[in-house]
Amino acid sequence: MSIDIKSVSKTFGTFEALKNVSLSVGDAELVALLGPSGSGKTTLLRIIAGLDTPDTGSILLNGDDATNRGAGDRGVGFVFQHYALFRHMTVMENVAFGLRVQPKSIRKSKADIRDRVMTLLKLVQLDWVAQRYPAQLSGGQRQRIALARALAVEPKVLLLDEPFGALDARVRRELRTWLRRLHDEINVSCVFVTHDQEEALEVSDRVAILDSGRIEQVGTPQNVYDNPANPFVYSFLGNVNLFHGRVKEGKATVGDFEVDTPEYRNASDSPAVGYSRPHELELSRERSGNDSLSAVILQIQAVGPNVKLRLKRTESEDILEAEITREKLRELELKTGESVFVKPRLVRVFIADPSETPLNYQI
Amino acid sequence: MKTKRNILPGFGISTGFTMTYMSLVVLIPLSAVFLKAASVDWSQFWTTITAPRLMASYRLTLGTSFISACLNAMFGLLVAWVLARYEFPLKRIVDALVDLPFALPTAVAGIALTAIYSQNGWFGRYLEPIGIKVAFTPLGIVVALMFVGLPFVVRNVQPVLEDLDKEIEEAARSLGATRWQTFRLVIVPTILPALLTGFALAFARGLGEYGSVVFISGNLPNTQITSLLINTKLEQYDSAGATAIAVVMLVISFALLLGINLLQARTRRFQEAV
Amino acid sequence: MESSQQRARAHSENPIVRYLLIGSALLFLAFFLVTPLLTVFIEAFDKGWDAYRAAIVEPDALSSIYLSLMAVAIAVPVNTLFGVAAAWSITKFDFIGKNILVTLVDIPFAVSPIISGLIFVLMFGAQGWIGPWLAEHDIRIIFAVPGIILATMFVTVPFVARELIPHMQAQGREEEEAALVLGATGLQTFFRVTLPNIRWSLMYGIILCTARAMGEFGAVAVVSGHIRGQTNTIPLHVEILYNEYNFVGAFAVASLLTLMAIVTLALKKIVEWKISE
Repeated sequence: MSIDIKSVSKTFGTFEALKNVSLSVGDAELVALLGPSGSGKTTLLRIIAGLDTPDTGSILLNGDDATNRGAGDRGVGFVFQHYALFRHMTVMENVAFGLRVQPKSIRKSKADIRDRVMTLLKLVQLDWVAQRYPAQLSGGQRQRIALARALAVEPKVLLLDEPFGALDARVRRELRTWLRRLHDEINVSCVFVTHDQEEALEVSDRVAILDSGRIEQVGTPQNVYDNPANPFVYSFLGNVNLFHGRVKEGKATVGDFEVDTPEYRNASDSPAVGYSRPHELELSRERSGNDSLSAVILQIQAVGPNVKLRLKRTESEDILEAEITREKLRELELKTGESVFVKPRLVRVFIADPSETPLNYQI
Repeated sequence: MKTKRNILPGFGISTGFTMTYMSLVVLIPLSAVFLKAASVDWSQFWTTITAPRLMASYRLTLGTSFISACLNAMFGLLVAWVLARYEFPLKRIVDALVDLPFALPTAVAGIALTAIYSQNGWFGRYLEPIGIKVAFTPLGIVVALMFVGLPFVVRNVQPVLEDLDKEIEEAARSLGATRWQTFRLVIVPTILPALLTGFALAFARGLGEYGSVVFISGNLPNTQITSLLINTKLEQYDSAGATAIAVVMLVISFALLLGINLLQARTRRFQEAV
Repeated sequence: MESSQQRARAHSENPIVRYLLIGSALLFLAFFLVTPLLTVFIEAFDKGWDAYRAAIVEPDALSSIYLSLMAVAIAVPVNTLFGVAAAWSITKFDFIGKNILVTLVDIPFAVSPIISGLIFVLMFGAQGWIGPWLAEHDIRIIFAVPGIILATMFVTVPFVARELIPHMQAQGREEEEAALVLGATGLQTFFRVTLPNIRWSLMYGIILCTARAMGEFGAVAVVSGHIRGQTNTIPLHVEILYNEYNFVGAFAVASLLTLMAIVTLALKKIVEWKISE
């Protein structure tokens, strides 16, 4: 089932949660709504589900206007952040609930319901806890039961609100992969909300990045990471280093080096900021051409297979963060306090005009 | 385009029924008091509520309620402290017993207390010879109000003490505070709002109390509480006079109710802040 | 839940101080709460079991019991329905004036029992608003059973609501929202999801409501007219006997209410235990 969100706005009291948001989700797509707290992603999800109503705008499900349809009539399944399992019912009763409250005309027989529940429990690999109560399950188990319960009524869209938010890191990673496989198996459209960019980029077909009630960019994970639309998206998807400079007629001068920026071909002389990721900074002991910056190493920290360095530029007070492999560290024999040269392999330039509003990309 | 305001079903019917029922059973009958009072000539109203007997009853009612609430604050704190922090045999039964004044009808409490403190009663026979008359004196009213108001203090303070994170006390001790300092500087401020609320609730309850007080007070000239005087006026078919006094009591009660709700709201915010 | 040992270790007052505090608290409670309780039964059986029994099965006593039960049978179910509706409205929705509604529900608590009776006299009494109309149609409310029932209803309005509201607020709305998305109707959601979660608070609210309905004195005293055998509830009957110096009779009937109070306390403990499970 496809979902079309058209110009939806929502205000709570004086707080504008969503400002004129539009988005399309295709059939059987897995889309992530990514953003910081307060960006409006959960509000948007709840509006799709019918748990909140938009002030303006409409929601179309498979082309039909569903804005005024009740939450139970939309054919959506919703998985809550804290699971919202019915605490006084067993796992079996929880999962069967949606089937048991159907009107008598379409309700399945008791035996059919039981079969369907067991099938679903096997799908989520929890058929052995059918008689237990939610309080007796772990967080990860509860999450999977919540998912099974939502799937029981065969929804055409699955909506998940920070599904792995309350779980510890290892369980999160496992469930992430598991969700992706499940989606591929059952082929239902999925929209899930998260604030974890790693999760969004790893699991989804497309990512919509929200900030302060607006969609900043929509695209495939690869696309938004490689071609961020604006500084917010860039910073949100990973650590950044900033280089202040200027842009003029297609050429950016950032620090000591120049970068070709054809997208700003027509720009008059304007201040600009260059962004580089920590692993895009190359370190060397010798200056290599005009486009190296000199810096002093403040701190070296080994993190798993890589090494993170904090450096301070000698020409300005800027702090840089670089990430290199252990081999590289050994090769250069770097130590704190030493001077090195930093060359960004890749710089993404944005004009530093505070009034510029980011474009809403749609692919 | 019409959008629904609340998502869960039943808003209209539940709120509608609630408001209708409240109006029919509570608000409209209560308005009868104010409407009747409004129909009475102001000077007559004023004369009624400032009559000497009534002024004496205000002093008595306010005074005994205040004193009993203070005593309840002390003893209630003691009981709440012991219940929240210590273990001892039969603790469950004692805990249940604290609610007895809530569950016991006021008339029963009234006659039982009178029996105990009257001249031949269990306590009365020892107290009267040494000059402490309880029954049929204001002191008796204080005792009765203490009985009725005790659970308010205990049940307000006990949960706060129980929720008091022992780590906070340990933190204070690790920073060098003595046990007494910990009590004074850490524990007391935490329970003070709850204690105040319990005090206010006991005080408010004491102001309007009738059943438990009417027996032990004996309706003597110096033991007439205000609610008793309302009843007396009614028995004399002076509904205007009764209404006038009722207005005074209601105004004070509502002011107290508002104050208590505000206090409770502040307390809740306090506790959530952590 | 921490074990009692853990708690004892943390509250490391001097053992002497601890025993002193426990001792004084228990002494206070014994003198203050236990003695009235014992007095009721001791006075009731002062003249032996036969006198006790006679006081209770005496016709006027029986009719007072009947009237009290009738007041309970009407006031409690109606106020339970109200309590559930009010709690649902207040805890599952957000609307302007919600806080005012919460305060309004508490009003009968704040009103003196005498005034609770007065208001119905002012409405339905001989000189009341519709008094003359009632007299014309020969309908008696004040000094008759309907007045007693109305007064009882008034004073017991808040009990069920006050038990349910904090409990339902603590539980939140997510389970109901989940049921809604799964396709349940409003009634299905209430009976299958909400009700099982609140059943113990609801039960305790009903118990308290019943206890108060049976024991209400001041309000009912004003509207009843004290007509023996007709408009006396149990507490009023106790008062009559007491004022006639029939102490054994008064305490015997009072002992019934006291037993009810003890049962109420026991049920409270059971409900608390059930909730904590």
